[in-house]
Amino acid sequence: MADSHAASALAHQFEDLDQQHDAASLGMWIFLATEVMFFGGLFAGYTIYRNLYLPGFEAGSHMLNVTIGALNTAVLICSSLTMALAVRAAQMGKRNTLVAFLILTIVLGLAFILVKLTFEWRHDYVEGLAPGLNFTKAKSMELFFCFYFLMTGVHALHMVVGVGVLGVLLVQAWKGRFGPDRYNAVETAGLYWHFVDIIWIFLFPLLYLIGGRY
Amino acid sequence: MATAVENLDTRVHYLNANYGIKSWLLTTDHKRIAILYLASITLFFVVGGIAAVLIRLHLIEPNGAIFEPGTYNKLFSMHGIIMVFFFMIPSIPAVFGNFLVPMMIGARDLAFPKLNLLSWYVFILGGVLTLYAVIGGGVDTGWTFYTPLSTTYVNTNVLSAALGVFVAGFSSILTGLNFVVTIHKMRAPGMTWFRMPLFLWAMYATSLIQILGTPVVAITLVLVAVERLFHVGIFDPAVGGDPILFQHLFWFYSHPAVYIMILPSMGVVSELIACFAKKRIFGYSFVAFSSVAIAVVSFLVWGHHMFVSGQSIYAGIIFSALSFLVAIPSAIKVFNWTATLYKGSISFQAPMLYALGFIGLFTMGGLTGLFLATLAVDTHVHDTYFVVGHFHYIMVGGAVMGYLGAIHFWWPKITGRLYPDGWARLAAAIIFIGFNLTFFPQYMLGYLGMPRRYAIYPPKFQVLNVMSSAGASILAVGYAIPLVYLIWSMRYGPVAGPNPWGAKGLEWETPSPPPTENFEQTPVVTEEAYAYGAKEVEVG
Repeated sequence: MADSHAASALAHQFEDLDQQHDAASLGMWIFLATEVMFFGGLFAGYTIYRNLYLPGFEAGSHMLNVTIGALNTAVLICSSLTMALAVRAAQMGKRNTLVAFLILTIVLGLAFILVKLTFEWRHDYVEGLAPGLNFTKAKSMELFFCFYFLMTGVHALHMVVGVGVLGVLLVQAWKGRFGPDRYNAVETAGLYWHFVDIIWIFLFPLLYLIGGRY
Repeated sequence: MATAVENLDTRVHYLNANYGIKSWLLTTDHKRIAILYLASITLFFVVGGIAAVLIRLHLIEPNGAIFEPGTYNKLFSMHGIIMVFFFMIPSIPAVFGNFLVPMMIGARDLAFPKLNLLSWYVFILGGVLTLYAVIGGGVDTGWTFYTPLSTTYVNTNVLSAALGVFVAGFSSILTGLNFVVTIHKMRAPGMTWFRMPLFLWAMYATSLIQILGTPVVAITLVLVAVERLFHVGIFDPAVGGDPILFQHLFWFYSHPAVYIMILPSMGVVSELIACFAKKRIFGYSFVAFSSVAIAVVSFLVWGHHMFVSGQSIYAGIIFSALSFLVAIPSAIKVFNWTATLYKGSISFQAPMLYALGFIGLFTMGGLTGLFLATLAVDTHVHDTYFVVGHFHYIMVGGAVMGYLGAIHFWWPKITGRLYPDGWARLAAAIIFIGFNLTFFPQYMLGYLGMPRRYAIYPPKFQVLNVMSSAGASILAVGYAIPLVYLIWSMRYGPVAGPNPWGAKGLEWETPSPPPTENFEQTPVVTEEAYAYGAKEVEVG
């Protein structure tokens, strides 16, 4: 039984499980490199316009709610911890622990997205801060809010994808598909999840904390 | 006649392992996916080619023979977008990279076969979106989507075309990712990095560019789409944005993308030259590292597209100097190929004709690239037909020649059958002549000052334009001939056997067409890919 389990975990193109594991892990790291370049374009644009229009960027930043942003940052950091514990549980073959930590990670991720969507963005919209839709503030702040919505929007989209992936893993974990010789999917999804968190760790100070407020 | 057709079906191979449209559309076999790509990019090549023929027909007369200027703008935009994103970029990587990377390293498949199939579907989705833009009225921004033209001033289908390019970009990224992981992790026992065929070094370097460059153009197109949809001012100077930023972001990808197109062809030429000179490639490690060097330096030269854009003059000087650097690894390749030919036992079969054509035409294209990298000269010839001539010598004279060389070299491996060599050589000669007649006059036109992308021109340029159009019609005939005899050979060509060229490399050690898992058992490699000098083992 154990043999057939190992055999089914090994895809036909690989010689052994180690090779398969290394390939999956390298593949995810390369994908993350493409993500760095993807966000890199936004960071480059942000940097250039912040240098050109510093007062507008600072004034724009001051309109954001730092407390909520910080709270959400804490939520994300906690979700990274639960994700790391989920990977550990998968490696140890502890099905119930894995399921529990996956659920926790999903809940924290959803909490972040919900706060972003229903509280922050809605609030910004009501305040007339959405460029192209209802921007009513000084023209000098418009580019800041373009980048604010683009960067947090693309980040949130990555969170949604991440939650979806974790949902699929949760179903598989529930069915007991993971074990000490089969945890690649959890590990690589973990890499992605941590990466999306790290992007936020850069976004938070760049968007919320500029202009000498703190 | 029909009785003379030999049967390949006595043995199970990847083409007859299973039948039916589903067995193709749901396949994860890298060889079948390669054929899916081959069919789809051939279609795009025909579409882009028809646009090119119409452009050249229009330019027979100074006042424009056929179209309204607006229609003409849509034609050259469609030609550019389709040829760049849907033919050149996927051409060798997606077809021959897919087919050959696992075979050349002795693997059963790529590291991620399902991802590979997904890449093809993503590519097709991008292609459909772009064709929708074409059918639904066209795009007239040129393939470069320059802002604020693309975001504010035109009212053509920029959004769906940009979305198509955005989507197709992910196909390119995923293919590159698959190749890098496969080359790192899937090599057969004994296949060290410096025993690998140079085609793989070229594919590896290409993949690095696809991985690191494509995401940047993706986010740039997102920004263009957002600006166009919401009328915000990211690149629009009227609202504080900067159109030069668009050019920086666009060329940060699109200059390296030129090397996505040419590097794979360089890899192909290394294979062809060694095989048809029956000689070890001269300076293996220099050729290998020159591919990597080109990939690295390609990311540092984008500003040479922007010498007259208003970027800082000091940036221009640095970009000019860096652009000259690219010539070094490119020249290393050319010199090493010619040195390989020296005292080789050369045979002039069709693939070799394409390889030799590549060397000559690429050298012309590369040297005129140096003219353009020179600040003062570029000010004179910027946005003229000199630029058009230059990049067509690289893209068509270089990359497409390499692509056709690859088709003719590996066709017997892919289909198990040989094509008529006489016809193939004739086609190669027609293409070479037609190509030069099309594009050499464009150098002269540009030097004399004819700007690119104009629907009309002063009458004094007519003679050279008619020459160019005549060349284009010859070129079109040259491209049509292989389409006929290659399809003919799939049914009627003589059976090729495993190694019709006497070539080295793992892909020639397995039957043609190869079995589904490529090799009967995982090969063990004991020598480098170019051991042509080694004594042949006499049998019998």
